[in-house]
Amino acid sequence: MFKKILIANRGEIAVRVIRACREMGISTVAVYSDVDRASLHIRKADEAYHIGPAPAAESYLRMDKILDVARRSGAEAIHPGYGFLSENAKFAQACVDAGIKFIGPTAQSMDMMGSKTRARQHMEKAGIPFVPGTARGLTSAEEAEKVAEQVGYPVMLKAAAGGGGKGMRLVHSRAELSSALESAQSEAQRSFGDSEVYIEKAIINPRHIEMQVLADEHGNTVYLGERECSIQRRHQKVLEEAPSPIVDPDMRRQMGEVAVKVAQAANYTNAGTVEFLVDQQKNFYFLEMNTRLQVEHPVTELTTGLDLVHLQIRIASGEKLPFAQSDIGIRGHAIECRIYAEDPDNNYFPSPGKITLLLSPSGPGIRRDSGMYEGWNVPMDYDPLLAKLIGYGTDRPQAIMRLERALYEYFVAGIKTNISLFRRILRDADFRAGKLDTGYLDRLLAKGIPESEEAVEPRIAAIAAGMFAVLDPASSVTKDGPTPPGAPSNWKQKGRAEALR
Amino acid sequence: MVYDVIVSGKPHRLELERTDGAWRCRLDGKDIQVDAVLARRDVLSLIIDGHAYEVKREQTATDLHLWVGSTRFPVELHDPRSLRSRQGSAQDDKGPRKILAPMPGRVVRLLVAEQAEVEAGQGIVVVEAMKMQNEIKSPKKGIVKKITTTAGAAVNAGDVLAIVE
Repeated sequence: MFKKILIANRGEIAVRVIRACREMGISTVAVYSDVDRASLHIRKADEAYHIGPAPAAESYLRMDKILDVARRSGAEAIHPGYGFLSENAKFAQACVDAGIKFIGPTAQSMDMMGSKTRARQHMEKAGIPFVPGTARGLTSAEEAEKVAEQVGYPVMLKAAAGGGGKGMRLVHSRAELSSALESAQSEAQRSFGDSEVYIEKAIINPRHIEMQVLADEHGNTVYLGERECSIQRRHQKVLEEAPSPIVDPDMRRQMGEVAVKVAQAANYTNAGTVEFLVDQQKNFYFLEMNTRLQVEHPVTELTTGLDLVHLQIRIASGEKLPFAQSDIGIRGHAIECRIYAEDPDNNYFPSPGKITLLLSPSGPGIRRDSGMYEGWNVPMDYDPLLAKLIGYGTDRPQAIMRLERALYEYFVAGIKTNISLFRRILRDADFRAGKLDTGYLDRLLAKGIPESEEAVEPRIAAIAAGMFAVLDPASSVTKDGPTPPGAPSNWKQKGRAEALR
Repeated sequence: MVYDVIVSGKPHRLELERTDGAWRCRLDGKDIQVDAVLARRDVLSLIIDGHAYEVKREQTATDLHLWVGSTRFPVELHDPRSLRSRQGSAQDDKGPRKILAPMPGRVVRLLVAEQAEVEAGQGIVVVEAMKMQNEIKSPKKGIVKKITTTAGAAVNAGDVLAIVE
């Protein structure tokens, strides 16, 4: 087993991995940029090294600097978390070359899965079901038109190197095709430095369901059940759950066996996720494989009772999987809310800044994986994910009740968060009925904000405002009331300002 | 203490008086039994007619919000004896309006030039934060009198980006 691991990431996932290491008696090395000196992962780690300025391209994406820290600190392995360098085959290879174990799949497996067209070509050979379309990049508008006629409109254009909805276009008819192809190609070039775009039949309002797999370095591969990830905004997941409300044991076994086949076709090792699109008839199609630990891995951990980060580290150190497929069972239900620093009242604008007050939920069936703390200044330079709140229960209704209760206890001031959005989702009739697809959240948001069910009288707020003013005058509520003792006087300030003119 | 409290746009008169170690509370002329404990900074525990409430306070540079449970109320608190309260602070559409950065970020580009005529809701400046680009819009129809930032500049929440008159 490793004695020391470097975590090449920040935020909640760095904290998550550091916790696993501490549990396993492994010491940890954290890295940070200029704006992350005060971040939580630095407080939790055993060692910490500065790697550059705020922009990720000059810090968390700098392979040379991270490998240099690994060498200097004597770390034997690197956990990449998600995002940043986690799916970078060059980095995985550079680790091997430096004699440091990369906790994840090999560069070869990543390469095969990194390009969506290459992945499709391999999966076609392995007999994996995928959405009808091309397995190769389009060379001309004529070719696109031909394929579109074959599979039938509407069709979807997608960037081979894509993700997050970039370089993606829904095309309803032949008339729109050539201009959509051009704009998808130029967006793909701008976003990924690769203009390759392919075409597939558009599945309207599909579900997005993914299967967790785990493979050791001795040829054993298992699946750990699915996650329903259909609730998305701008192609970013917002809420995930396990199991999916529509997957029964039979469908789970079928999807799981396909996922294992996908992983084996790529000689996959460590933790990975096979994503599927599922249509209204419950047909499932291979979409892509994510060659890393997913943000939403906790819902799988809660429903299988396994610790995926422990297992990732054990696999990377050469251990065999300690269980067989038949030992894995799904128990209970788990739902994860991604708490983002964004303003629900202002079109979900990002909202970095200082957290002035933080009240955090706990209690039965609640797990909180957080990278924030009161007094911390959320930097503007990275992804807005602050924390993940996960509710677990005997069944789906109980998991929902517990999450609603926990969200009631959760309070973040100073910055805006999307906590109120989850209250809306969890109360929504379609959500409760499990009627989900990737268009669900846009439809919910278009409905407008419902009246709060909880009828609080405004007089309570009026009384509280006065009580705050008299009980906590140091942080004065009054904009223009009497000056509290010790606070700077407006007269004095004005006088000083005048004197300095 | 006497306060004019505006909750969600509706004015209330609140009178608080300390007698025998307890607070006497009169809201809009009605006596109310209130037991209040400041649990910590910005968190108040209230008991009113046997009902318990946890109230959280969020104060920003420009606004005050109180959260009773998970319900949020915009609140303004004024001391009626204060001069500035009586002058009123409500902004109207007349006169120059400052366009403020709603969050810290980096100015990506300017969408208009000084002296340009703009409509209400028209984009003035694009600010990037957390990998997202956000258009900061004009609050009113008018002329862009001044642009006080440049492309590439780092801005803090509340910084003036432009003035529209």
